[in-house]
Amino acid sequence: MKSLRIIGRNIRDSFKGVFRNFSLSLASISCITITLIVVAIAMTLSYNVDNFAQNVEQDVTIVAFLNVDITKEQTDDVLEKIQNIDGIESYVYKSKMDVGKEWMESSEVFKNIMSGWNEETSPLQPTFQIKVKNIDDIGDIAKKIEKIDLVDSVKYGEGMVEQLVSVFDLVRKICIGIVIALIVVTAFLITNTIKITIFSRRKEIDIMRLVGASNINIKIPFVFEGLILGFLGSIIPIIITIFGYSSLYKNFDGKVFSSFIELIKPTPFIYITSLTLVLIGMVVGMFGSWAAVRKHLKI
Amino acid sequence: MDLIRMKNVKKTYKNGTTALYDLTLNIQKGEFVFVIGRTGCGKSTLVKTLYREEKPDSGSINVGGIEVTKLRNGKIYKLRRKIGVVFQDFKLLPKLTVYENVAFALEIFGMPKEEIHEKVVKVLDLVGLKGKARNYPTELSGGEQQRVAIARAIVNGPKLLICDEPTGNLDEGMSMEIMKVLEEINKMGTTIIMVTHDVDIVDKLKKRVILLDTGRILKDYPEGTYTREVA
Ligand SMILES: Nc1ncnc2c1ncn2[C@@H]1O[C@H](COP(=O)(O)OP(=O)(O)O)[C@@H](O)[C@H]1O
Ligand SMILES: [Mg+2]
Repeated sequence: MKSLRIIGRNIRDSFKGVFRNFSLSLASISCITITLIVVAIAMTLSYNVDNFAQNVEQDVTIVAFLNVDITKEQTDDVLEKIQNIDGIESYVYKSKMDVGKEWMESSEVFKNIMSGWNEETSPLQPTFQIKVKNIDDIGDIAKKIEKIDLVDSVKYGEGMVEQLVSVFDLVRKICIGIVIALIVVTAFLITNTIKITIFSRRKEIDIMRLVGASNINIKIPFVFEGLILGFLGSIIPIIITIFGYSSLYKNFDGKVFSSFIELIKPTPFIYITSLTLVLIGMVVGMFGSWAAVRKHLKI
Repeated sequence: MDLIRMKNVKKTYKNGTTALYDLTLNIQKGEFVFVIGRTGCGKSTLVKTLYREEKPDSGSINVGGIEVTKLRNGKIYKLRRKIGVVFQDFKLLPKLTVYENVAFALEIFGMPKEEIHEKVVKVLDLVGLKGKARNYPTELSGGEQQRVAIARAIVNGPKLLICDEPTGNLDEGMSMEIMKVLEEINKMGTTIIMVTHDVDIVDKLKKRVILLDTGRILKDYPEGTYTREVA
């Protein structure tokens, strides 16, 4: 009961603090708002890039072309060797006829040419289409497969895949870097705001100390004030995220550049992002005021 | 029984000014003590070391069983809860009413509202401000403001009340009102240490008088007067 009353009083004081120094509070809130908007943009960008990267990665396949006149036993032999390689997610075998069927389905011309071919006469190579667990290993695995006897050649999106992966990585790192830098700047600004608040309330703090308020007792209202600033600062960014991303998604019909890039569905993404924003706001607010209180109350 | 025991207390400020030299002093429970002396002789520093606003460089201070000199920063509040302090400039919060200014000192303990109300009403009655509870400090005279400060200082029932020139800003009539209140509080058992320049008050009350001179106790009489000690 006793501590509940103290907490109640602290919360009341914190709200009073926010409104008593409203112009200052507004500065902090605006700063958090701007930061969180950028964080939201960075998150949207980075999640979408991530999503896109995953989609691309899932589509990347190693195609191993086998010798034209490979026998059934030899094929099983090759398969066993492929299975023994670490990092392989799945594989699909396509016989000469399967490959031919695919060609025939794609055009009338091929259909006419290939319809006469059979298992013996077809010049097409049977293939294994292999997916890897981790896209980073694709080059190594492709090399290993190429060394297997009776594997004629190996193809995957060489170069292009690796480049794409490294570009995604870079985009992600830049986003994270910007977000961290902004959070640090915001924390610093909040520290300054609370510092000024502390100075403007010096008298009150001195009296609190004089009549026997414990350090925690003095600190908590300020830390809570930071939390409230963070919370208030996250409102506009959350609104922008929820309505902005939803309408963006609708506008593009979920796709950018003619279905090449698929956007993440708004739900639950916007809610997860909103929750992250409010948490970042409150934690940064609390941390900023904690730092100010530690430094300027000397208690 | 001694409430305060100061032994060989020395205090030098960061700028090199030594405010207290090897000061030894005992004060008993229930005493009323005047501390007098020229401006800058260390009176405020002396009382500040008692409520640990300043930390002595050496020596020991015991207040009501608490070793003040050994107290960690995080525990100072425990000492402050046993000591009431009143200053020349009242130190009231202008945005709070008289009632709220006094209740402030109890709210931080998390005391229930009804209990706070009971205590605040009682103490405001004691200092003669029953009818001013809803007023703001700026609507009061200096003497009344000081009585609010006294009410805040004693509402928690401290063993010791420290007053650093409480009448320094007040005219004679108001000063005498304050002294009446302080004597009343002293009669109820609270030990009072009062720093003052006021010759009339010290001469009239005939309490223990400690005369400081550049950080040392020059004289200490049980029933002293200002006129005699300084002369
Ligand atoms: N915070 C401080 N820093 C440096 N010197 C101080 C400080 N406070 C007081 N002093 C010096 O210590 C001496 C005693 O001061 P003080 O105790 O305030 O005297 P009094 O209350 O008797 O006028 C004075 O010389 C004063 O200038
Ligand atoms: Mg003084």
